[in-house]
Formats: sequence, structure tokens, C-alpha cells
Amino acid sequence: MAAAQAGDRRAYEQVLAESVALIRAAARRKGVAHDHLDDVVQETLITVHRVRHTYDPGRSYDAWLTAIASRRAIDALRRRGRRDSRELHDDAALDSHSGPDDAGTATESLQRARRLHAAIAALPPGQREAVEQLGLRERSLSEAAELTGRNTGALKVNLHRALKALRERFLGEP
Amino acid sequence: MSDSQPHELLIDRLGTALVPVRRLPSPWRRTVGWLLAVAAIGAVLLLHYGVHPMLRRWDGAPDLAWAALGALITAIGAAWAAFALGVPGRDARWALLPLPGAVLWIGASGLGCLRTWLAPGTTISTLHQSTDCLVFIVSFSIPLSALLIVLLRRACPLRPMLTAVLVGLASAAASATLLNICHKYDAAATDLLTHAAAVALVVAANAMMGGRLLSRA
Repeated sequence: MAAAQAGDRRAYEQVLAESVALIRAAARRKGVAHDHLDDVVQETLITVHRVRHTYDPGRSYDAWLTAIASRRAIDALRRRGRRDSRELHDDAALDSHSGPDDAGTATESLQRARRLHAAIAALPPGQREAVEQLGLRERSLSEAAELTGRNTGALKVNLHRALKALRERFLGEP
Repeated sequence: MSDSQPHELLIDRLGTALVPVRRLPSPWRRTVGWLLAVAAIGAVLLLHYGVHPMLRRWDGAPDLAWAALGALITAIGAAWAAFALGVPGRDARWALLPLPGAVLWIGASGLGCLRTWLAPGTTISTLHQSTDCLVFIVSFSIPLSALLIVLLRRACPLRPMLTAVLVGLASAAASATLLNICHKYDAAATDLLTHAAAVALVVAANAMMGGRLLSRA
């Protein structure tokens, strides 16, 4: 990491690749579910990139990385907690709803999801990236900017255009 | 499949964006930098008020000097702890570092209240007069806290709230130390209460605003 601080790209990519296992272990210890580990890894790598100047070569790299990974894991758990607490439970609605076991509903929602995925895949690359990062993965603008290498303005424009294109496709709105 | 494979794209992008960075100076060096700002304010106040009135007060009532020393140790400890917590991987227990100084500060101030004689050239302040102390501590704490927050935003405080509390404690303790230079009142209960209120106010304001400022860092 000391070499990376000086700008050595190869050393940097190597230390990041070697860090992934350690980040996953730290996130698992915090109780992050298996299918969310990769999100924590990505967010930790972005944070590491942003704060790489705070690493002191005289101290342990593992302790430095684990502290950042644990914090990102807690953030991810909190975000999930907030999302779960926002979901409403209405007994009447639950009763009258045909439910996921209903074969017709299941097929219909599957088809709808497939159509949506196909439509997103058909978007131009910039727009697709914006939808994936901001819409589906719920990243913040600055995180998505760091991840895609685009500036936040371009991401906003792309997201706006993508949503417009999807609306036109599904609702026929101009 | 290696663990890092799904992240190759991101690692490659971060590698492309890599530029050399200037390493963060050690917590000690940053603490010294901040203390120089405190010392500069102290020098200006000493030029204006002179050293002798303060020394005379300390001579007549040594517990005032002990309280000032305690406040200074608290300020140094809290500032160092805030800078240390800005480096990921440092033990959060460093936040306890200002405690010994604070014990001396509070203990000596409390002892002052039990004294029956007065420090020369002082009076026991009325409630109105001691609001001057409150205004002094709060108004000197604002620039000192702001400077600490600016210095900390370059770091990475993973515990923004705890760090902000330490920022508040450091700047309030430093202001209380500076107050000794121009403090005309003895450590009476009204005065001690005002000081405690001022410190609490500064710490709470930092926790409310500083935490948010630092978490964006």
C-alpha cells in the first residue's frame, strides 16, 4: 500500500485484489448476509481508494482495512434495516392479494421482470450503467461516479434519459 | 474462482484513477499544528492583558493554576484522540485519553469552590458576570472547533460522533485555558457552573453539527 500511495499502479491493484478476502471476512463477522458481501466489498474498495492517504506504513495494513470494511458492513446492515422497517404490513391487503403462490401472478411478474431486464440491457451503455448503479444497486451519486469513472452530472443526465426511454417503452408516453 | 474476480473491473478502474497522494501527518504533528493556533491566540491575549495579573491570581490560589493545567492537558489529550480516531484501525479507547486531564481540571475547580479565602484581585462573580465566561468559552471554541474539523475532514473519522465530541471537548478545554489570562473571577460555584454549561454547550453543538460534517468526509 505504501507503494500505491506513491502512485505504483501494479502494487495498488495487487493489494486491492488481495484485500477482497479480508473485507469479506470482516463483513461476515459483522453479520452481513452472503449475497450482500460483494456490495460491501465494492463500497470498501471505493472508500479505501478515497482515504488511501490515511494509511500509515508504520502500522498494520490489515487493521486499517478491517476497520474500514467493518464500518461499511455496519452501514450496509443499517441501510437494509431501514429498508425493511419502511415496508408496510396491511393484513387486509395481504388477504386480498393473490400472493406469490398464485401461478398466474408469478408468471406475470416473472415476465414483467424479464421484459424490464431486456429493456435495461437494450439501453445505451452509459444509460444502462446509470440505472444499474443508481437505481438497482442504490448507490449514491458520488459512489457511482467513482465506480464508473463518469462525473455525477453525466450520471444524472444518463439516469434521466434512461428512465424516459423506459417510460416510453412501457407506458407509451412520449 | 478467486474472491477478487467479480471485482476486477472496479479494481482496474481504481487503478486507472490512481494518483500519488500526500500521506496524512501523524496525529502528534497535527495536534501540534492545532496547538500552535491556540498558542497564537494565547499570545495575543497575554500581550493585551499581561502575564502578571494571572500569575498573581495563581499565586494566591494555586488550585486555579491546577485547574488551568488540567484544562490544558484535557485539550491536548482530546485533540490528539480526535486526530488518532481519524485514522482507521486506531483503538476507540484512545477517546478516554482526555479523562485524567479532565479529572484534574474538574477536581481543582471544584476544590476552588470549597475555599473560603479569595484569590487576590478577584471577586466572586454574580450570575450576570459569569455569563461573560460563557460567551468567552463559546466564542473562542467556535474557531478552534472549526479548525479541528477542517483538519479532520482530510482524515477518515470512522466514528464521526465520538470524534466530534472530542473536537468539542478539545476546543472548550483550550478556551477555558485561555480564559485564565483574563479571568477576573474566582472559582466560585456560579462561575464553575457557567464553565460547565459552556463546555457542555460546545460539546453538544459539535456532536450535533460536527458529526454530520465529519461523516461526509
